Amino acid sequence: MVSFRDGPLQDLKVPLAWTAAVAAVLAGLLAVALLIADHHASGREPQRATVRTGFDQAVEPAAAVLAAPLRWAGSARDYLFDYFNAAEENHRLKAKLVEMSHFRDEAFALRNINKRYEALLNLRTEPPTPMVSARAVSDVRGPFSHARLLDAGSERGVKVGNPVIAEYGAVGRIVGVARGVSRVLLLTDVDSRTPVLISTTNSRAILAGDGGDSPRLLYLRGASPVKRGDVVLTSGDGGMYPRGLPVGVAVQDMKGQWRVQLYSDQSAIDYVRILEFDDFSQVTDQAALNDRAMPPVSAAEKAQIQATLAARTAAPRPDASKPDDAKPDAAKSDAGRSDAAPAQPEKASKHGKTKPGRGDKTGADKPAEKVNPLKALLQKLAPRSAPAPAPAPASAAVKPAIAAKPAAPQ
Amino acid sequence: MSAPSQPLQPLVWLVAPALIALAATMVLAVPFRLFGLSLPEPVFPMVLAFAWAVIRPSILGPFLLLLSGLFLDLFWHGEMGLWALSLILVYGVVLMIRNLMAGQPVLVLWLWYGLFTLLAFGLVYAVVAVDSHSAPNILAVACQSVVTIMLFPFARRLIEQFEDADIRFR
Repeated sequence: MVSFRDGPLQDLKVPLAWTAAVAAVLAGLLAVALLIADHHASGREPQRATVRTGFDQAVEPAAAVLAAPLRWAGSARDYLFDYFNAAEENHRLKAKLVEMSHFRDEAFALRNINKRYEALLNLRTEPPTPMVSARAVSDVRGPFSHARLLDAGSERGVKVGNPVIAEYGAVGRIVGVARGVSRVLLLTDVDSRTPVLISTTNSRAILAGDGGDSPRLLYLRGASPVKRGDVVLTSGDGGMYPRGLPVGVAVQDMKGQWRVQLYSDQSAIDYVRILEFDDFSQVTDQAALNDRAMPPVSAAEKAQIQATLAARTAAPRPDASKPDDAKPDAAKSDAGRSDAAPAQPEKASKHGKTKPGRGDKTGADKPAEKVNPLKALLQKLAPRSAPAPAPAPASAAVKPAIAAKPAAPQ
Repeated sequence: MSAPSQPLQPLVWLVAPALIALAATMVLAVPFRLFGLSLPEPVFPMVLAFAWAVIRPSILGPFLLLLSGLFLDLFWHGEMGLWALSLILVYGVVLMIRNLMAGQPVLVLWLWYGLFTLLAFGLVYAVVAVDSHSAPNILAVACQSVVTIMLFPFARRLIEQFEDADIRFR
């Protein structure tokens, strides 16, 4: 009788090539399983967030150490540059100061008028948004992912969904936070979808990243809603970003597709500011909203609804085949204002990224926007053919709404 | 001239190169821009996927590639398992046809390496396009794949170092 002590399998030799092939198949199956699990977990953020934020926390110190020499080198170069160019820069800044002084007076006057209009119209303005300064310690910029690791985390009040701005414009949104570290998904990431508006026409669009430097403008509607050089701002639709953050200028690629040249490309890539802006889904108790029972419909109301429906069915329908261009201009501009909010603004995606399609309430669901007399006046004063303004620092653009929080020592 | 071959110690021909590849990935992810240009971002573990399969079959290799791929997925904030799968795919295919590549000149090997790199990028491109409902920028993909193909000399060096270590698989 053969027992296992005798080692009956000791002479059995499996070719290494086959064992390696089996190992490769096993590893491949594991990878596929992880891929499928990750895809299906996209709606359940907390489970996957734990792994990712844990990894980010582990990697952040090493990334910070690697980034430090470059930061020091950059500071040394800036110091030398400032030292040797101080006189020239002084002359340039003095000239600029003279040039800008009349804009300052104009800004004071406009601020005054704005306050009066706000008081007259009883406008509810956005509360000041505090900010947190942070430094990027790693920068992922491949075609399949654009993200940065920041050295500020939950201990400084950073939350998932907070918008991030650089010196000149919006950079992206926070998609992962742990203690001491957070990850920002850039506007250029293939999964990034940002509701934006064209400043000159107020047309809405979705800024969709594709892994390149200039994200695309999707779902533009109406006749010529955008021109080359138009300034693109965040629209605030869906409540993810505050309205009015400068994003970039509109440009056309070789295929004629509208894209946005980002302002954030012009600023240093290592220092950013995180706006502690709570998006709609964070400030609202969704459960409480959905919990309320609808009020009962009385018999009279029911009859009225039925009569209205019957009247609508009987009334002749407008010619649906009529093209958009055939509509009167006023109707077009109105569509650009309210209805043009794209059908697919944002949806929760992997790691808190946003994708078009489901989930969020957007401008498309909102009633038509009331015409702001101040806005109308400003549009009258500024002709559409005027050249696009130079990118103002993002902090200046959002200044009325943002009160800078003192940055923690870097 | 080929470098003298070293004996096959898993720590030397598998673990150390994997750690170097991951460290290089982290180094090139520093936020640095020179004259408006960022640093390149090649897929360093692609070198390992190709070279390990050419040197000799190994049981540990695929699992180290799985770990390297998962590191890339987490570090680059991609879909978990995406790069792991593409690296293992390259390893598996190279393992199957390694006899075809034996004794080939360097340029032909480089061509094979380029082909497998494009295969891996094709897989990642397809998965990302399906998952995000948006095709990634083809120019950016081309740039990253070209930079990765340019890493072939590292693969060649690894192969030369260890290809004669186990004569059963020459």
